[in-house]
Amino acid sequence: MRGEKLVKSVILLASIIVLLVAAGMVLSLMTGSIPAFKQFGIRFIFSSDWIPTRGRESYGALPFIAGTLLTSLIALLLCFPLSFSVSVFLGEYFKDTKLAAILSSMVDLLAGIPSIVYGLWGFYVLRPVIVKLGLSSQGFGIFTSALILAVMIIPYASSLSNEVISMVPVTLKEAAYSLGATRREVIFTVVIPSASSGIIASYILALGRALGETMAVTMLIGNANIIPKGLFSMGNTMASVIANQFGEAEGLKLSSLIAIGLLLFLITGIVNYIGKAVMKRLG
Amino acid sequence: MKKLSLIITIASAAIILISCRTGNKPSGAGNKKVTITAAGATFPMPYYNQVFEMYTKKTGILVTYGGIGSGGGIRSLADKVVDFGATDAYLDDDKIKEMPADVIHIPTCLGAVVIAYNLPGVDGLKLTENLLEGIFMGKITKWNDPAIKDNNRELKLPDKDILVVHRSDGSGTTFIFSDYMSKISPLWKEKVGAGKSLDWPAGIGAKGNPGVAGTISQTKGAIGYIGSEYAFAQKIQIAKVRNSSGNYIAPSVESISAAAKGTIPDDTRAMITNTDDPEGYPISGFTWLILYKEQSYAGRSKAQATETLNLLNWIISPEAQEVTKNINYSPLPDKVVEKAKNILKSVTYKGEALMK
Repeated sequence: MRGEKLVKSVILLASIIVLLVAAGMVLSLMTGSIPAFKQFGIRFIFSSDWIPTRGRESYGALPFIAGTLLTSLIALLLCFPLSFSVSVFLGEYFKDTKLAAILSSMVDLLAGIPSIVYGLWGFYVLRPVIVKLGLSSQGFGIFTSALILAVMIIPYASSLSNEVISMVPVTLKEAAYSLGATRREVIFTVVIPSASSGIIASYILALGRALGETMAVTMLIGNANIIPKGLFSMGNTMASVIANQFGEAEGLKLSSLIAIGLLLFLITGIVNYIGKAVMKRLG
Repeated sequence: MKKLSLIITIASAAIILISCRTGNKPSGAGNKKVTITAAGATFPMPYYNQVFEMYTKKTGILVTYGGIGSGGGIRSLADKVVDFGATDAYLDDDKIKEMPADVIHIPTCLGAVVIAYNLPGVDGLKLTENLLEGIFMGKITKWNDPAIKDNNRELKLPDKDILVVHRSDGSGTTFIFSDYMSKISPLWKEKVGAGKSLDWPAGIGAKGNPGVAGTISQTKGAIGYIGSEYAFAQKIQIAKVRNSSGNYIAPSVESISAAAKGTIPDDTRAMITNTDDPEGYPISGFTWLILYKEQSYAGRSKAQATETLNLLNWIISPEAQEVTKNINYSPLPDKVVEKAKNILKSVTYKGEALMK
């Protein structure tokens, strides 16, 4: 009995520590961002100022919120056709074949590549290609970052949707076949609709991942603290501005960076919550 | 439940104990062998690493230096967790007042900010104050702009977009550059100002000197500013900049040292950008070590204070200054070394001068 109790209390303690750490992080983000919100109020979220010059200091998060949402949403759009095809390929057409096993492990490999390596590849390989194609004169910006993000989130989007697709009951599919449906018809009218919640959830989770990505984006986005004016405009994201500027930041600027961290935390939290809610409701 | 609360109490007590023990490091040296701890600017780090290693070999005293940025160096000194800090931007009077006690500055070497660009076949670009303002304010956007052409008649300038590359992180390099720009351009002073990070009117940001240098060398038509210690070690095109005497000066060990030959105050807290020396490179600057004038604080021993001072005195000696040239920094002119010595003499322990 002693042993039972001991194990139980150790496990409880460990769980409490995790809880405390999470709560402490939220708390310190909140207390750290108080000076910024006190100074700028709600305007902090809608202002596009980023003036660190002493005496004229004024900070706003809008350029970074815009950059973050824009790159992530474009990345989601770009990643969709690829990862969707991969998941149908793996979950339906070539299910349990050798080819699928190879493809699946390659996709998993993508998830394992550190983000700095994506950044390097983007900087030295992808960026020159974009310049050669004449899409932009120097290759930095929203589009290049979104492209890299798209590749990075493919494994997150495809592995979960692949799983839901392959979980669609065989009886359901066979019923459709027996009514004379072709394979394509089965996939698009039976499999995908019945797996839709899981597929949607997997893309929302992938979006959550794209929102917080830092290193690869910071190397490619151009780090200009402006609201992006177009697909090939330069910009900056919330994660990237924090990573870049926290080192020498102090006072109001530090508080503003922490406030951006809090906002990023809220945005990814909401996105992840929606993802889980969709999965629960439809799954 | 009782047991649980006991476990929590023990665990938190242990955590508190551990955090207390690591809290105040340099004070505990006592009579044992002295170790000196310092932290701060990354710009002079290669120089410090080299001379501190030499010093350890020479005297057996271990010196550790953490390159955590100028801001971090000032914070560490304010928190009294280091023997001295290092910074590329001197503390102005307001900042010194914010510190727990009076702080003094010891200059250690000179560096510069060079204007690097990437235009294959176009070497020896000459830039005036107006051109720098136009390019970095985003007003001149093409390399074959008449304003650049007029000043560089012998060069074949291409019809290419100018891409301005600046630092995305806060940096002493940016501070020196923007301080210079504020001196030569009223427009820059009004719209942008001087600081470690800026509200940039044009261009893209890259992280660190390596990031800026990498972006420039990878992008034809790019121009940006890089710390001289980093730029000199790279194969990168460097522009000549016109100084206040009207001479076009290429950054070099000599021209950077020359920039410090003008008049500077006794406490050495001065920016030497836009120097009045005719041979001086105009975008040069000191880097400083900072320490408390009264060395008896946070339980420091007299031995600790003496050794700290001995180290600083050695860094400005000819033996250590000679090292600067090997690694692309510039030595302090004699006049400045003299001033630094006088400052060291003002350091006290319990009110008594430590050096005579």
